[in-house]
Amino acid sequence: MEPSTQKLIHTFGALADLGQEIAGTGDFTEMVRTSMHLLLGTLALRRGAVVECSGPGPLRCVAVWGVSDQALNGLDIDAAEMESFLGGEIRESLSKYRDKLANEGIELVVPMIVRGEVTGLVLLGGKASGEEFSNDDFETIRAMVRHIGVGIHTHRLLEQLAQRAEENRRLYDELRTIYRDTVRAFAAAIDIKDKYTQGHSERVGRYSEIIAREMGWSEEEVEGIQIAGYLHDIGKLIVDRDIINAPYKIDAKNSIELNRHPNAGYEILAPIRHPYADIPFMAKHHHERLDGRGYPDGLTDQQIPIGAKIVSLADSFDAMTTDRPYKRRRSFEDVVVDLRENSGKQFDGKVVAAFARAILKEVKGETRERRITKMLGKNYLEGDQVEMLLMDLIADLEGDFSRKGAKAQSL
Amino acid sequence: MSVCGPREGSDQVDTSSGGLVRSHCVGTTAVVYASDYLNKLSGEKIERECRRQLSCGCRALVIDFSDTQLVNSIGISILLGIIDVAEKSGAQIVFSDVNNQTVELFEMLGLTRHVVLAKDEREALLNLSHFETTTPVVH
Repeated sequence: MEPSTQKLIHTFGALADLGQEIAGTGDFTEMVRTSMHLLLGTLALRRGAVVECSGPGPLRCVAVWGVSDQALNGLDIDAAEMESFLGGEIRESLSKYRDKLANEGIELVVPMIVRGEVTGLVLLGGKASGEEFSNDDFETIRAMVRHIGVGIHTHRLLEQLAQRAEENRRLYDELRTIYRDTVRAFAAAIDIKDKYTQGHSERVGRYSEIIAREMGWSEEEVEGIQIAGYLHDIGKLIVDRDIINAPYKIDAKNSIELNRHPNAGYEILAPIRHPYADIPFMAKHHHERLDGRGYPDGLTDQQIPIGAKIVSLADSFDAMTTDRPYKRRRSFEDVVVDLRENSGKQFDGKVVAAFARAILKEVKGETRERRITKMLGKNYLEGDQVEMLLMDLIADLEGDFSRKGAKAQSL
Repeated sequence: MSVCGPREGSDQVDTSSGGLVRSHCVGTTAVVYASDYLNKLSGEKIERECRRQLSCGCRALVIDFSDTQLVNSIGISILLGIIDVAEKSGAQIVFSDVNNQTVELFEMLGLTRHVVLAKDEREALLNLSHFETTTPVVH
């Protein structure tokens, strides 16, 4: 084969490899290093380096071969010299570092120019053949350096995009925090209206979150149900304060007024673009029952959104475990009896079982935090019976009668 | 376990990249076998193995190209790097069993100014033994 033909084939092969390398989405430094090797190998140059810059100032070494790293540390370029490179001219050295670069065997300095800006320089040593660079060599070098420059420029653009995406993510997180804080402020405002149930919405939010997490919901869904818990009673804002704060059981007329709050809550929440799904529906249906005797729509089991079922249980549990104007809170044993009796009628058994499992884990010390205990007060879940009550409830609801059977046999 | 491993007649496994670089030592000469296509991946493995052998005290390297069909640009650049490192270590380097096409490429690019080409591994080792008997090793 003619040497010139062989050289062409070798150069074309390198250009094809270079194009592939530049278009890849791999590690940036590795891309530059490989590109530099392709350039050095095309002309059999014994040493080289790629340095990048963002305007006049320091030159950052990205890849180096056959030159000591220290020799390239601390190099910089001034505005005048940078501008002089804009014509694309290949030089023998940098004016400030003529001796330093010559000592390292650098014979050529090639600017990388992309869209009218010098993005960096490629420093090249002599040919292994010892021959002078030919015009063809210069053309090859210019073409390959242009490719490398585009690669570096593309990388910078991607880096900027990644920075913007990160900034957007941070802003989004901040917005979510603001949203959550606003929602909690709303919850506090709702609870202030009812002097006997202060902290109720906050607790319903937390219980709902605990239940949803136990049911294996994703973090995003858990956040959503927590918000729904905070806002479930937002409709009470339109109910007369005297009705909410009545120190006795309210009559039928006032009851109708109070029962307007789920629909009112839906009306308030529906126009808002919440970052989580179905929050207005969870507020609207948190007083529905599986047996269809709930309100406002008298929905039955499958018609009630699962989120509303969770909020419903959290709401009732908090109502049973906190003092009300006309009655003291109930013992945990009583609450378990109520949950058992009303599972399948008022509450979804799967939701009750999940809540019972979450409480049991906390009672057994299997959780890092004691969040439920904190809300209920530290003595409420104490006693030998609590664990057994929960285990029996879970076994009943999950249809696991084997443990109870074994227990009966042993008696 | 020694980083350099046994000195005589041993095959080396390049575990860092998960691939295999065949090599063995004859006295103070390391024979390293290039793969069928000398590119970035295989070139870097050979380079690592050559550096390792030199750091373990080898005074000469034979890179055997008997399996090598093709050498690309990165392969050339890496070979030049190995030549550079060998020269700096005062070690001799011989390329053996290089096919005609690759010989033409090495000649065209000037690699043959820096390395001796040998017909095969045996001839490479003979060349180097001549060098060893005529060149004092400075410790």
